[in-house]
Amino acid sequence: MTTYFNYPPPELQEELKRIANAIVAPGKGILAADESTATIGKRFADISTENTEDNRRKYRQLLFTTDDAVSNNISGVILFHETLYQKADDGTPFVELLKKKNIIPGIKVDKGVVPLFGSEGEGTTQGLDDLDKRCAQYKKDGCDFAKWRCVLKIGKNTPSYQAILENANVLARYASICQANGLVPIVEPEVLPDGDHDLDRAQKVTETVLAAVYKALNDHHVYLEGTLLKPNMVTAGQSCATKFSPEDVAKATVTALQRTVPAAVPGVTFLSGGQTEEEATVHLNAINAFPGKKPWALTFSFGRALQASVLRAWKGKDETVKAGQDELLKRAKANGLASVGKYQAGSIQSVAAKKSNFIQAHSY
Amino acid sequence: MTTYFNYPPPELQEELKRIANAIVAPGKGILAADESTATIGKRFADISTENTEDNRRKYRQLLFTTDDAVSNNISGVILFHETLYQKADDGTPFVELLKKKNIIPGIKVDKGVVPLFGSEGEGTTQGLDDLDKRCAQYKKDGCDFAKWRCVLKIGKNTPSYQAILENANVLARYASICQANGLVPIVEPEVLPDGDHDLDRAQKVTETVLAAVYKALNDHHVYLEGTLLKPNMVTAGQSCATKFSPEDVAKATVTALQRTVPAAVPGVTFLSGGQTEEEATVHLNAINAFPGKKPWALTFSFGRALQASVLRAWKGKDETVKAGQDELLKRAKANGEAYFGKYVAGSCVGAAAETELFVANHSY
Repeated sequence: MTTYFNYPPPELQEELKRIANAIVAPGKGILAADESTATIGKRFADISTENTEDNRRKYRQLLFTTDDAVSNNISGVILFHETLYQKADDGTPFVELLKKKNIIPGIKVDKGVVPLFGSEGEGTTQGLDDLDKRCAQYKKDGCDFAKWRCVLKIGKNTPSYQAILENANVLARYASICQANGLVPIVEPEVLPDGDHDLDRAQKVTETVLAAVYKALNDHHVYLEGTLLKPNMVTAGQSCATKFSPEDVAKATVTALQRTVPAAVPGVTFLSGGQTEEEATVHLNAINAFPGKKPWALTFSFGRALQASVLRAWKGKDETVKAGQDELLKRAKANGLASVGKYQAGSIQSVAAKKSNFIQAHSY
Repeated sequence: MTTYFNYPPPELQEELKRIANAIVAPGKGILAADESTATIGKRFADISTENTEDNRRKYRQLLFTTDDAVSNNISGVILFHETLYQKADDGTPFVELLKKKNIIPGIKVDKGVVPLFGSEGEGTTQGLDDLDKRCAQYKKDGCDFAKWRCVLKIGKNTPSYQAILENANVLARYASICQANGLVPIVEPEVLPDGDHDLDRAQKVTETVLAAVYKALNDHHVYLEGTLLKPNMVTAGQSCATKFSPEDVAKATVTALQRTVPAAVPGVTFLSGGQTEEEATVHLNAINAFPGKKPWALTFSFGRALQASVLRAWKGKDETVKAGQDELLKRAKANGEAYFGKYVAGSCVGAAAETELFVANHSY
């Protein structure tokens, strides 16, 4: 822990802070549309749609040509590399479509999970090679933030010291490189919901992981005011016998964050994991309604919990594009309300709102 | 970083939280009256008073028989071991005097700084041996909080990794043992003001030290809601050529805390270091006036900055006890106003207000 280091230059600090704050502006959150080719293939398979480049393009076009009202609740979109360079039917680059809607483009920059040799089925995330060059290019091509997902699993002996330390460190390296290139890093240390552990265990693991993440960010001199955190909500394992209320989840989640996330961090953009659309919204709402110190915005960065109904309504057909877009508008609005604690459970009916999105040991 | 551990039992959590919150109640702070025998001897020497046990008793009696109004601004007092067992002239134990005034007794439990062999003049703090037994006894004898001071020095190559890690760890062990015995631990990682470094260096060192402290507290499963932090304000070195305004100090201090101190911590009780009474109050005021996220109380735990005028007015004589007590009331009130950012610089003039209180390489 050297005490000799440089803060970023003032102009860079301002820029990173501005972008981060814009992403977590009141009532707004992120649409995570960065599914890899393989992953979006699984979503398409569920709606009997072929996984072609054009279908992928058409699907993201559906999302990005949704009525401008969507930007009341969507501040940013995370893109997959391929999507960043795709265009609408009329030739407009997607990046331009988004910017016209005042939606900030972001980019997934990690290269997936690889095993940690010797561990009990644990992994780390790769993607640091040439990351500096890649970030510079992404910034040039219109992105203002990035995302990198690390994964930890709760088991009898996991997550281990090795996994916690390694994932925290790689997240800090990624964050540092992003900031050097003017990209706000979204730091995602996902503790998977897989397992039968209870809420208490989930909270303890989440606290331990987040404490390690913030120590690593400090070690690498990451400018916290120009970052965002994308954690799991603290929930019991998917196969836990006991069920916990949204208020239980809110208390566990907010307490874990109070104990680990410095106030300098502008916002927390929760992942939805395997939750249904409605569960994710109700939980986010309960989190915002929970009394107590919450010196960061608490909002969403949802993938499946914003798109399940969209896909189900669209079914891959041109004639149902509008139906799909309407589902996006509805779910974005619901989550916008939840991010200010004003969502009424069940008040927004979506095509797939209650359908579980749980996929075991999920990789994107 | 095992993820298997126990939170304290709910009743213990409630008790620790209650005490910690009471100490940092609005408008209130701590009188640090825990000078060791040798240290109080230096204070007495300055006012030509002999360092006898009875004089030490008389001096603390002066403090603890001050008009009840003092408890509008003093929530707790840190005592030295000897003082805890002393009595007033009429036989009332000091602990009782304090409790009658609704002032919480605390106890200094560390046993001073010892050198770290191989380091460049750095040290750690000892006192862990039998600390569990000692804390149990102090709790029985009326204390509800404890204090332990670690010291780090800014130099060309210091604080070193060794010193930062070791002091953070010993603070965490001390905190853990306190909580096991129902005492709220005040965690004091003092970065000394000695040196000619500027404000920027002081901020970087303070951030690095505090990040290490909170990582260690997490590693040792310390219940943050039942702790307090006693840090230095972030100021340039005593012999730095550049002078910085109270607003500069406030910005550096609040920023450092925002980047490192979790919101779960109820309050920060600043040490005054070598600052004059007025400097310390003006800085505390600026800190509270500084705009931005401050999810913890920001108050005082002052020794010299509350007692300099008291001693100067008292001069060790029975006939000037009241004069000394009036000085304490004045200074306590001034700092109570600073808690709310409402102190007007210069509005409280004490008998020793501008006297330089800096002592090089200060040990207590």
